[in-house]
Amino acid sequence: MAPAGERAGSGLRPPAAVWVPAALVAGAMLLPPAYLFVRSFEDGVGNVLEVALEGRTLAVLLRSVVLAAAVTAATVLVAVPLAWLTARTDLPGRDAWTVLAALPLVIPSYVGGFVFVSMLGPRGILQGHLERLFGIQELPSIYGFPGAFLALTLFTYPYVFLTVRAALRGMDPALEEAARSLGSSGWETFFRVTLPQLRPAAAAGALLVALYVLSDFGAVSLLQYDSFTRAIYIQYRAAFDRTPAAIMGLMLIMLTLAILYVEARTRGRARYHRSTAGAVRPAPTVRLGGWKWPALAYCGTIVALALIMPVGVLGFWLARGLAHGEPLRLVWDAALNSVYVSSLAALATALAALPVAILAVRFPGAISGAIERLTYVGFALPGIVLALSLVFFGSNYAPWLYQGLAMLIFAYAVHFLPQAIGSTRAALLQASPRVEEAARSLGRSPLKTMATVTAPLARSGILAGMALVFLTTMKELPATLLLSPTGFDTLATRIWTATSEAFFARAAAPALLLIAVSAIPMYLLTIRDRMKL
Amino acid sequence: MRARVRVSLIGVLLAALVLAGCGQEEPAAGEAGEERAAAGEESGELVIYSGRNEELVGPILERFEEESGIETQVRYGDTAELAATILEEGENSPADVFFAQDAGALGAVSEEGLFRELPGSILDRVEERFRDPEGEWVGISGRARVVAYNTERLSEEDLPDSILEFTDPEWEGRIGWAPTNGSFQAFVTALRVVEGDDVAREWLEGIVANNPRVYENNTAILEGVAAGEVDVGFVNHYYLFRALEEQGQDYPARNYYLKNGDPGALINVAGAGILNTSDSPEEAQRLLEFLLSEEAQRYFADETYEYPLAAGVEAQDELVPLEEIESPDIDLGSLEDLEGTLQLLQETGAL
Repeated sequence: MAPAGERAGSGLRPPAAVWVPAALVAGAMLLPPAYLFVRSFEDGVGNVLEVALEGRTLAVLLRSVVLAAAVTAATVLVAVPLAWLTARTDLPGRDAWTVLAALPLVIPSYVGGFVFVSMLGPRGILQGHLERLFGIQELPSIYGFPGAFLALTLFTYPYVFLTVRAALRGMDPALEEAARSLGSSGWETFFRVTLPQLRPAAAAGALLVALYVLSDFGAVSLLQYDSFTRAIYIQYRAAFDRTPAAIMGLMLIMLTLAILYVEARTRGRARYHRSTAGAVRPAPTVRLGGWKWPALAYCGTIVALALIMPVGVLGFWLARGLAHGEPLRLVWDAALNSVYVSSLAALATALAALPVAILAVRFPGAISGAIERLTYVGFALPGIVLALSLVFFGSNYAPWLYQGLAMLIFAYAVHFLPQAIGSTRAALLQASPRVEEAARSLGRSPLKTMATVTAPLARSGILAGMALVFLTTMKELPATLLLSPTGFDTLATRIWTATSEAFFARAAAPALLLIAVSAIPMYLLTIRDRMKL
Repeated sequence: MRARVRVSLIGVLLAALVLAGCGQEEPAAGEAGEERAAAGEESGELVIYSGRNEELVGPILERFEEESGIETQVRYGDTAELAATILEEGENSPADVFFAQDAGALGAVSEEGLFRELPGSILDRVEERFRDPEGEWVGISGRARVVAYNTERLSEEDLPDSILEFTDPEWEGRIGWAPTNGSFQAFVTALRVVEGDDVAREWLEGIVANNPRVYENNTAILEGVAAGEVDVGFVNHYYLFRALEEQGQDYPARNYYLKNGDPGALINVAGAGILNTSDSPEEAQRLLEFLLSEEAQRYFADETYEYPLAAGVEAQDELVPLEEIESPDIDLGSLEDLEGTLQLLQETGAL
């Protein structure tokens, strides 16, 4: 076997155990674009150009790009310090902070949007208090860009937080130690050694944020920001016209590919893997000393805005409803269904992600890069577009699977795959290929090596990916509504049922349940991660 | 080669199991979920796609199941998304009945020829203006367009007879509307039909010039009116009664009905149709008959504050009776040209 060069594994042919499943995954990911292609060109090429090149379409697309860029930048600024504090310092209660800081991800944007409006609206709850205290009649409007920016930043920063935190835990402390022993100060080491090594993880998280913002409908519609996804929904809801919506979906895919190109360039060619030992060696804990208080204040502020505020407003709705005689409905059935499908989705997605990530990291090349990029397509599409594409293929070509549980899990995996790939990839970059080579040279098959060496080495990244998929599946709505077995209730469908007809009190109980139930697996993952290290 | 591939796949599965051990997923609700999944695949049941909310129609559909002994499977969703789903499914749609929130979605499915014609025994229960002229769908319950106003800022006397007068500059910054909302768009279509495209265009331009606040739906408008973000809002009549139920009688908003056959007082319907591909059309017909029965119509009147459409059933006392609403004389079948309305909304900058 040829020795690996600078770029690990390049020039080697990937084993079938890697490329076959990766190719299957890629095939599945082609379904939504294939559907959009069919629908788009139904009315001829001329129509496609007419819709795509219309001034308004392009203007709205630009607005979406601006929002995505702003939110992405803000989430990185918010999440990186948070990840460092919970992963590397003696911050009091850091396990609790980890769980709390990750939870805003489960708040569905159609709930978060409502919460924002009723809390921070020009005459919302906050204004009510300010009026009593200071006589303030009206707050500046949060509608439009500021509201959408703030809401999306607060509900998506966990993407960056979880991936960066996983990278901090998997990072080789040797480099930092070397920097310190050569005389660098703590801060200098952080900025010149630690931060650059976080680049792949931060980029993976930021990419998820950017694509999520492009695909989000709930927050932009409730906060009245005229975005591209909103325009797509208008086509379905007002015109019952699938063709323009499909054309716009294809445009979104092209934009995604452009963003992926930019992201690939920021990845750079550096190596990130641990230099010597195979197993992860934990980095020493940084003592915060007097910095403890500002650090706590920082974590507290973020958690207060992104989690406590929504929970508070939901609690207020619940109390108001109960006071007016609404029964308290704790929908345990729906909660169990949610946890069940979300766990399966997390597992299935992590499985599908592993071969793609290994292919991309260990066997870089044009094809493996293309496969990895392809997996991001499903995530950038609005949920309804993805769901309808699977409705089309499922009902017409796989009726025996259509609206069954397996198909639903498949839909989640197609939708959320990049969430698992991003952090798995970042973790694989940290694991030295030398260890795998050692295993191979000692006679292990590629498969065994993958199962017994590669996967455990990348564990913290794989777990972070599963956590992301779990949390986002808990709140997923469009695919759940259209593709779940008929009559299958989840917390997300319960919440939607109530909010769409303005029964806020009835929405509050399942929404609070959603947050509480999601906290448990998050906590277990956090604890487990720490104990294994 | 093929054997190698199979071995590889098994290997991947093994790798998966190892990982599963690390991840420790909890399949607690396994059985419940699978049972339900299996139940959905059984045939011979009546499959209903309901764009009407479960909170509103769930109880009455359960009553149907109890009384008829016909088992039902209901898939709830957004009306337009379900319409798109039915169109995608085409010949393979598992649905028997489509119960839609508005006539436009029924029209879209009917236009693709996916509905079957309904018998006269069903159609005749409802006034002609509340059903499809071709007899492919029938209205089940009605809702009126109204102007919701903030009672702390305004009283009924301050409000004009016609919706056309809201273009007056005195309403600048005081109006809430939802241009993306289906009911609103149906009203604009009615305005075009009754008054002509030019009047509709002028009206939209006039309202846009008054800087209305844009909301996503009726609920949000009503909340905005009650919170005083705007003074008036263009909504459907029943949202108010739900807010009163949840938040009490001192909720600072009320409904106002426009007068003299004004398009602003349009009455639109929620309705249902039976799909061509249905494998149990008789059961489907019984469902539609039930939904138009005295019991179900009474339910819509009492529980959802909608207007019952079957002859002989009265609306709630709190509501202005259907006959007294001075609604425009219009055929709901003529409200299909959403494309034109959408274009007008875009040209005037409302969308």
